[in-house]
Amino acid sequence: MTTVKELPVQDWFTSGHTACPGCGGAIVARIAMKVFGQNTVVYHPASCMLIFSGTYPLNAFKVPYLHVLFENSAVCASGIKRALKRLGKDDVNVVAFAGDGGTADIGIQALSGAAERNEDIVYIMYDNEAYMNTGIQRSGSTPFGAWTTTTPVGSVKAGKMEFKKDVPAIVMAHNVPYVATASLAYPTDLIKKLEKAKTKKGFRYIQILAPCPTGWKADTSKTVELAKLAVETGLWTLFEFEDGKYTLSRTPKFSPVEEYVGMQGRFKHLTPDNIATIKEWIKKKWEREKQLALVYK
Amino acid sequence: MMQTKVQGEKKIVTGDYAAAYGALLSRPKLVAAYPITPQTFIVEHISEFINDGKMDCEYMPVESEHSAMSACIAAQATGVRTYTATSSQGLALMHETLFVAAGLHLPIVMPVVNRTVAAPIGIWCEHNDTMPQRDTGWLQMYCEDNQEVLDMVIQAYKIVEDERVLLPMMVNLDAFILSHTVEPVELLDQAKVDAFLPPYKPKHAYLDPDDPMVVGSFAPPEYIQEARYQTEMSMQSAREVAGEVTEKFADKFGRDYGGLIDTYRMEDADVALMTLGTVTGTARDVVDQFRANGKKVGLVKLRFFRPFPTQEICQIAERVKALGVYDRAISFGSGGPSWIETRHALYGHTDIPVLGFLAGLGGRDVTPEDVGTMFNSVLDASKGQHRHTVSWIGTRGVQP
Repeated sequence: MTTVKELPVQDWFTSGHTACPGCGGAIVARIAMKVFGQNTVVYHPASCMLIFSGTYPLNAFKVPYLHVLFENSAVCASGIKRALKRLGKDDVNVVAFAGDGGTADIGIQALSGAAERNEDIVYIMYDNEAYMNTGIQRSGSTPFGAWTTTTPVGSVKAGKMEFKKDVPAIVMAHNVPYVATASLAYPTDLIKKLEKAKTKKGFRYIQILAPCPTGWKADTSKTVELAKLAVETGLWTLFEFEDGKYTLSRTPKFSPVEEYVGMQGRFKHLTPDNIATIKEWIKKKWEREKQLALVYK
Repeated sequence: MMQTKVQGEKKIVTGDYAAAYGALLSRPKLVAAYPITPQTFIVEHISEFINDGKMDCEYMPVESEHSAMSACIAAQATGVRTYTATSSQGLALMHETLFVAAGLHLPIVMPVVNRTVAAPIGIWCEHNDTMPQRDTGWLQMYCEDNQEVLDMVIQAYKIVEDERVLLPMMVNLDAFILSHTVEPVELLDQAKVDAFLPPYKPKHAYLDPDDPMVVGSFAPPEYIQEARYQTEMSMQSAREVAGEVTEKFADKFGRDYGGLIDTYRMEDADVALMTLGTVTGTARDVVDQFRANGKKVGLVKLRFFRPFPTQEICQIAERVKALGVYDRAISFGSGGPSWIETRHALYGHTDIPVLGFLAGLGGRDVTPEDVGTMFNSVLDASKGQHRHTVSWIGTRGVQP
């Protein structure tokens, strides 16, 4: 198992990018590229990462890089891989880095198609729980209660009224070789999952919690702490679905959710009823995780 | 006049088969497609070619036309020749991706089976699917028969892979009239096609970890205007390249399609009608009828819509007293797209009457009588007697 210290010193996502201070997505990109290395082609949809990785003629990625559009990451990565195969370069890793909006919402059709065809790609969803690039609008992956610019805190309604879409479960339903969730606060677990994804063949999906201090209205020094608390409160599950087997990566402490939401301005309007709703959601989520572990054992 | 030296096997096939066989002969390394009537035979035949071992390529049966073009863009950007085909709503769904294919200078070739776009929903021939794509940076040409479909798929690759062009191209064929109708077609000899169309080896865009390149970078205003200019220059260069490829193809395979336009009995014509697509075949017969009656009419076949054959049409206009332009599509509030373009091309060049004719929309038959009505109107116009600048032919309750 590779630890953080054992990762290569060299970066393939280098400094000079223009991500906000404390950007979880940039941390995900840096770690992931240390795992995938030089022999990689990356795909970016329209996203924060497309913008902060570089504006022509500069780019922070030191590997070949393609951007086509927003909703087609999975199929574009598949097209790259198929072409590389025909060029006799089947050993090249093809990795799509897409945000939650580009995955859970507008990109889910292409995601489902590529998963169904078991395209030989790695799809990384860096989940910052809203359309951050366009200015913090709600996505299907935004959690219940969160303020965004399209779920404003008004006198009649305040925050998102719906619950977070369970994209990993949707991908699991395609019975692909590998699905995992990760958090940048648990780098050893994250690196292990990235390495597995790198080694395996077929469609591989990793959804990584990537806190966004700008959109979450949080202190820029608290990114890792938030990514940790999301796991420890039970809001974010760490698991692996590998060749049909579901394994929990970590049993959380179920620490009080108040601490996690209290660090984020996007939740500051929450009422005690809202908090109770979130706690109930966590409870039901973990009942479901237990069922999944029984079904896919 | 076309001269045919039969060299390949001649078979009775549909336009869709010709489009699929054109793909087989062109050896793309990736085909991505989504079925839509009346393009379905194309993807079915390609699936058969692959499953029978006649065609060796990646085949991506994707979940939408948007994904079909996305897969082609990604694979072509990686460095291989790609192919897809679509029609109507599928092309409309692709619309967003078409700009990217052109903007990244990816020479993708795509037959489009021209079908009406909803609403009302219909499956028959109309050009209102491809015409609205005219500003995407794709070359566009319209075929008259099934042989031209096959020949043009191969010529299209030859044109767009030329380093002076490097833009994508649509090869358009009329729904059912070509797509589902059988005609004798020479299936070209593979070795001769290989000699005509060498493998695709891009120098400008590829994704190779040994030589990293960003394709599709986010660009500020400091660069985008120059990128637009380059695309326009590529499109302008395509005029010359299309002409060269027409000649090379004629030398090798014996069929000369004329270039951006073709003409029929124009040598001494007093008036001309310009048509595109399958109506051209009907119009050839009508020209013969009119000529038999002593009326000196001629026909211009509009082959390429992008780039638009401005110079060629100006030269035609210098020789006639009136010109009619037939369209199977309408730009609402203005007129038929090729009529609009023709008037634009001729502005300041000539003051002859240029009449627009709309017929066959939604797949309605365009009969020899309809075409005769068009020629009579143009003849009247040459004597200063026309009533309408734009006429709806064969429309209930509307006088042409």
